[in-house]
Amino acid sequence: MDLSFTPEENAFRDEVRTFFKENLPQDIRDKLVSGLHPSKDDLVRWTRILNKKGWAVPHWPVQYGGAGWTPVQQYIFLEEQMLAPSPQMLAFGTSMVGPVIYTFGNEEQKKKYLPAIANLDTWWSQGFSEPGAGSDLAGLKTTARKDGDFYIVNGQKTWTTLGQHGDMIFTLVRTDPAAKKQQGISFLLIDMKTSGITVRPIQTIDGGFEVNEVFFDDVRVPAENLVGEENKGWDYAKFLLGNERVGIARVGASKERIRRLKQLAAEERDGDTPLIENPRFREKLAAIEVELKALEMTQLRVVAAERNREKGKPDPASSILKIKGSEIQQAITELALEVAGPYVAPFRAESEDHGWNEPPAGPEWASPFAPTYFNYRKVSIYGGSNEIQKNIIAKAILGL
Amino acid sequence: MDFDLNEEQRMLKDSVDRLIADKYDFEQRKAYLKGENGYSTDIWSQFAELGLLALPFAEADGGFGGGPVETMIVMESFGRGLVVEPYFATVVLSGGLLRHAASAAQRATFVPMIAGGEKIFAFAHGERLARYNLAHVETKATKDGDGYVLNGEKSLVLNGDSADFLIVSARVSGATRDRSGIGLFLIDAKAPGVTRRGYSNQDATRSAEVSFADVKVEAAHVLGQPGDAIDAIERVTDEAIAALCAEAVGGMAESHRQTVEYLKTRKQFGVTIGSFQALQHRAVEMFVMVEQARSITMYATMMAAEIDARERARAMSAAKVQIGKSVRFVGQQSVQLHGGVGVTYELAVGHYFKRNTMIDMMYGDGDHHLTRLSNMGGLIAA
Ligand SMILES: Cc1cc2nc3c(=O)[nH]c(=O)nc-3n(C[C@H](O)[C@H](O)[C@H](O)COP(=O)(O)OP(=O)(O)OC[C@H]3O[C@@H](n4cnc5c(N)ncnc54)[C@H](O)[C@@H]3O)c2cc1C
Repeated sequence: MDLSFTPEENAFRDEVRTFFKENLPQDIRDKLVSGLHPSKDDLVRWTRILNKKGWAVPHWPVQYGGAGWTPVQQYIFLEEQMLAPSPQMLAFGTSMVGPVIYTFGNEEQKKKYLPAIANLDTWWSQGFSEPGAGSDLAGLKTTARKDGDFYIVNGQKTWTTLGQHGDMIFTLVRTDPAAKKQQGISFLLIDMKTSGITVRPIQTIDGGFEVNEVFFDDVRVPAENLVGEENKGWDYAKFLLGNERVGIARVGASKERIRRLKQLAAEERDGDTPLIENPRFREKLAAIEVELKALEMTQLRVVAAERNREKGKPDPASSILKIKGSEIQQAITELALEVAGPYVAPFRAESEDHGWNEPPAGPEWASPFAPTYFNYRKVSIYGGSNEIQKNIIAKAILGL
Repeated sequence: MDFDLNEEQRMLKDSVDRLIADKYDFEQRKAYLKGENGYSTDIWSQFAELGLLALPFAEADGGFGGGPVETMIVMESFGRGLVVEPYFATVVLSGGLLRHAASAAQRATFVPMIAGGEKIFAFAHGERLARYNLAHVETKATKDGDGYVLNGEKSLVLNGDSADFLIVSARVSGATRDRSGIGLFLIDAKAPGVTRRGYSNQDATRSAEVSFADVKVEAAHVLGQPGDAIDAIERVTDEAIAALCAEAVGGMAESHRQTVEYLKTRKQFGVTIGSFQALQHRAVEMFVMVEQARSITMYATMMAAEIDARERARAMSAAKVQIGKSVRFVGQQSVQLHGGVGVTYELAVGHYFKRNTMIDMMYGDGDHHLTRLSNMGGLIAA
């Protein structure tokens, strides 16, 4: 057992940190620090800077543009990215459909899609969930009927994150209506500009727009857009969902938020006293820091175990990362309310490109705190709710 | 010992509940929010007709002589409806100040304006660095002939944007957080020197930042003895806390009801999600949280008229602690058990969550009151 990173790993961390310091556009960094959402253009700009350096998809195999890093290096990179803080790469391309394509796709698909993911030339969306198929994803009903060289797709997807910007959407569709649940599902790539597709925004609790409904009405999709074999889509989906292990805990992001709260709590006063001198507040912060440290260690254990694990096989321990990671992120947003105190109340609309639309009432920094608290209830719901994660642990780890 | 409502209180509850059920469903509310000042003047008139705006005032002043229990009944129902009309700012806060600080002549002038639904009042008290300290008043009131002149800035003034009259706390003497030296001044909100910037809050209520530049107050509009206002402010705040707790209970109970309903209808894995024991237990824990909140709210309500300020403060802090815990759990779990739809703007559950979060943060969140209560020695003497 050894807690320390090797000198090479530490040198690597320095290199990454320096690169972020020198190359992350200040306006993007400022947005993230203030809790505003990066725009599509921000993400495209930053992805292209990283891609030029060869760091947009470092976790991919080298022949497809990966950096050839060890799991520990990948972990360090991810953490530095969150600490910077910089936007994370659009996961739907880089962590979801990308690995599915280079693992199960054909040569043509790899050539066509992978470089465009790395450079964010193509904005991918994830079309898995449906109104009737959330936790029970295999209950999906959207159909794809073979018609010559095409599939005819009918149905509805929902909760499609950032689908308003989507060029392409990867979907799970039912190709064999007679087969039982998990069988008869295929993994189909669909151009979102195809006629018959309608994207409708869903407003979230905080007033924002990040999710959408996507309707398919006799949409003709070229058969060459099928990934792998017909009716094997569920296997690819399981591979995809099991792939995202390390980032899921968002330890770096939580560290960055705590740092921010500490700075604000040192500035914000209750009369003459800085808030950080309130012992109850400080204890609550410290308690979260302890939980976060334990989670970081759990995460490092998962990273270290990576080398011995069968590729593409989900690690049920990642469910711990999801549960604790989401709880800690939510607890931090709750503590942020306390920093703002009565100034959580005023609402300010945020526009994608210009930040806040109106002047603040009270401190400028307080504006995103309540919306983020409300919005972050999502992190224990999406990507497999915490209840589902507990079911996984109960079954796969405890054998119950 | 009796937790039942009397005949009159039952009638009050029936009529308010009916009004909210008939006129204030989630869709109707959306239309009210589009009203000129973010609420419905028509609903406001109906409150007046029902006598709700006259409720807490003494009969001698043209009111119905209602007490904290009557206010609890109204606020709980308003919580269920997510009512955005300025009842809290006008009747509970400003009305409370008129009851506890104004002279008979002043009450004779202003109470009928509230009771008849003609004028909106707001209490301009909070300031930028006050947080939850009620004695934090920097705004100055300087003697000017018979009257006073106000200078300073007030923040987060509930319904300050649409109010016709403002009751302003201002310092006649002493340092910023001294308990003594605070006065209450009633002014026309459109008086020269008053600048207001209104905005919407997270829960669709509205507030304003208000500044005062040499605003004149005539002698007849000085409430009580300038310098002694803190007692009245604290008393009204305690009544306000009890009222808000009742509103939170109404909202929580409805949010819980809708969530349980959803558990019975939403299907996944071929069964209703309410058949999963993990979710059944969660719904039960929420229920316990609602009932604990309801109980402590009754306690706070019955203590709201307590004359001993220290005992009253203890009760209000206790209530805020429990309400804070309950609204967080019930709000968060209402969203969680709805899954994705829980985080949408379309669903009422999210709006209960937001309103109750704001209630938690008003006059100090649960943790603030836990500290305050522990500093007062808790509830049980050694
Ligand atoms: C902000 C946001 C972004 C999203 N982005 C995307 C996206 O880009 N693409 C995409 O395809 N999907 C996306 N999703 C969908 C997400 O994956 C689903 O919301 C999630 O799987 C839950 O499904 P549901 O919403 O239908 O809830 P339900 O499955 O109906 O769950 C309702 C409640 O029941 C609980 N529950 C369900 N089954 C069980 C069980 N067996 N035992 C115990 N409890 C159970 C759940 O935990 C939850 O509390 C997103 C969701 C959100 C909120």
